[in-house]
Amino acid sequence: MNWINNVVRPKIRSFLTTKREVPDNLWRTCPVTGNMVFHKDLEANQFVFPGSDYHERVSAVDRMKMLFDAGVYEKVPVPGAATDPLKFRDGRRYPDRLRDAKSATELDDAVVVGEGLLDGQNVVAAAQDFRFMAGSLGMAAGEAIIAGMLRAVERKTPFILFAASGGARMQEGIMSLMQMPRTTIAVQALRDAKLPYIVVLTDPTTGGVTASYAMLGDVHIAEPGALICFAGPRVIQQTIREQLPEGFQRSEYLLEHGMIDMVVHRHKLRATIARVCRLLMKPALDKAEREKAPAAPKRMNGKAYAKADAVAPNERIEDPAASQNEAESVVEAEPVTEAERFEPKRTGTKAQKSEKAAEQTQAQPPKSDA
Amino acid sequence: MSEPELRLRDVIERSVPLENSSPVRTYLDFEKPIAELDKKIHELKTLIGDDTNESMRGEIEKLEEKARTALAETYAKLTPWQKTLVARYTERPHCLDYINGLIEDFTPLAGDRYFAEDEAIVGGVGTFRGRSVMVMGHEKGSDTESRIKHNFGMAMPEGYRKAVRLMEMADQFSLPIITLVDTAGAYPGIGAEERGQAEAIARSTDCCLKLGVPIVSVVIGEGGSGGAVAIATANTILMLEHAIYSVISPEGAASIIWRDAEKKEEAATAMKITAQDLEELGVIDGIIAEPVGGAHRDPKGVIDATGTAIALALAGFETMTPDQIRRHRRDRFLQMGRNL
Repeated sequence: MNWINNVVRPKIRSFLTTKREVPDNLWRTCPVTGNMVFHKDLEANQFVFPGSDYHERVSAVDRMKMLFDAGVYEKVPVPGAATDPLKFRDGRRYPDRLRDAKSATELDDAVVVGEGLLDGQNVVAAAQDFRFMAGSLGMAAGEAIIAGMLRAVERKTPFILFAASGGARMQEGIMSLMQMPRTTIAVQALRDAKLPYIVVLTDPTTGGVTASYAMLGDVHIAEPGALICFAGPRVIQQTIREQLPEGFQRSEYLLEHGMIDMVVHRHKLRATIARVCRLLMKPALDKAEREKAPAAPKRMNGKAYAKADAVAPNERIEDPAASQNEAESVVEAEPVTEAERFEPKRTGTKAQKSEKAAEQTQAQPPKSDA
Repeated sequence: MSEPELRLRDVIERSVPLENSSPVRTYLDFEKPIAELDKKIHELKTLIGDDTNESMRGEIEKLEEKARTALAETYAKLTPWQKTLVARYTERPHCLDYINGLIEDFTPLAGDRYFAEDEAIVGGVGTFRGRSVMVMGHEKGSDTESRIKHNFGMAMPEGYRKAVRLMEMADQFSLPIITLVDTAGAYPGIGAEERGQAEAIARSTDCCLKLGVPIVSVVIGEGGSGGAVAIATANTILMLEHAIYSVISPEGAASIIWRDAEKKEEAATAMKITAQDLEELGVIDGIIAEPVGGAHRDPKGVIDATGTAIALALAGFETMTPDQIRRHRRDRFLQMGRNL
């Protein structure tokens, strides 16, 4: 069958095989410990191997599902881009390679953009998919990033980026390079609109992506052990011909060197992002609230509200929409509870914490990162 | 900006230096036939000395004519890889040659104020055709000592942070900015990564895009990837005729895509890295013609032509407000590629 597979593959494969519901490998091997894990269990554990805490790479769609409340989001439309600006050939036509990547990943390009609720707050998010030609940044990916950021500006919401990329898409040459300034313009639009831009650096984030929008966030969060760099380790090794230090260019190394704000376990990622967004957006949201105050049932006028921090919490409890959202945030993180069988102790305490948090009034944002 | 651009193009074409005067001592590999002719001419000349033998003179003239046509023919159809070699050629005028030739009262400024001075990017204030400007660029160096001093034009994060400092200063004092691009790329090393090479480049590009003063960039040799973009995110981008500008070196592309570094010639062609390709793609605004045989055969002519082109480009922004200049630059990049 091999030869026939090779011949008919890209076009016909999508007809022959419908959506693959069952992955080829039901059991996954942890690259650190070598333990076998059932793939459903791994998925339930947000693709983090139990025991070793090894963070497996996650597809863009899974990222979005993990981020948004109940995994629900709406795709943000992305304007089309030229597909083969250079008429690039390297033995095979670039459009053929693209088609392969599309059918293998069921994506249009390496970036997925969506909007929805994160812990009750409106956010726009984009995720890069490393499976799609190494998550490389081409014209289509650039347009997607820009579209996502501009959508956030339009909706006045924070923008969250999950970076995962091998860098520029070489098959698009200079047009790929030009996505560096182009995406930077959109970052500036977010900045001008005073909207939080949260970058989550995941394994791997390299090259032109790191050297543009992925390093321009207000808050940089990295997943543990992710490779984050400009020049890859191999290139550096070839240049300097020396052994590279242990842990070089990994998340923890970047944290130590002041390039990122925090390294966050995937299980706590959602809560962390939600908290940062809420903290950064609060003044803007309060202001918006005050501006439409006359319609609201609040008796407190603008002036009193501004200095009455102690009173404000009581008021917020009465706000049904807000309390609902907050409660959701605490009980959320479904996949974590599933993970109990791997880490009974830890998840146990988490569950307790979240219960406690749920009992508390909405006065404080929940401290638990569960 | 249709009007100023048209005028710009006219002058670039008019400023083509027709004569090449200064003889070169070294030749690129593909120039071998020309080198042999030149050698023969030189031999004949020394042989006859002051002799006014008519037939000998005629012979020499014939040979000279042949050498000239051979050179013109070779350079008229340089392959992208040959252009890469020309763009990297050590005898080619470098950043400081342009600065010395074009800027009066050049006052170099140093240091990023955080960590170090990086001489891979040189810059400072000076007078360009009567106006104060900020000028900066990658300097590759011209001999072993200076090449090491300038780290072969490959900047560290400090270099880009210095560039940001100078650009912000230019904005503060309303000085137009001229950047000269000539780098193989940002330096890939442990120290550079440790101190945030990626962040430094990103911030520099970011800074270019927020300035209210015009930026004119000229790729004078090699425009290497992010290391170039960091200071080439300009209102007007010009390239010398045989300069290249690419997301990755042909060698790098060959080893990554073809998995064979020897495929560099193929890669150079497929990547579309020449000034002519980039003009077609709408990435650059104009090409500055080089003398027959490359910039190194008439450095003065090419530097003057570059100066004229920069002056014209800057003139187009004279009546624009900072906001308009900023918008012009952002629109320029946002539109890029949308009509391909």
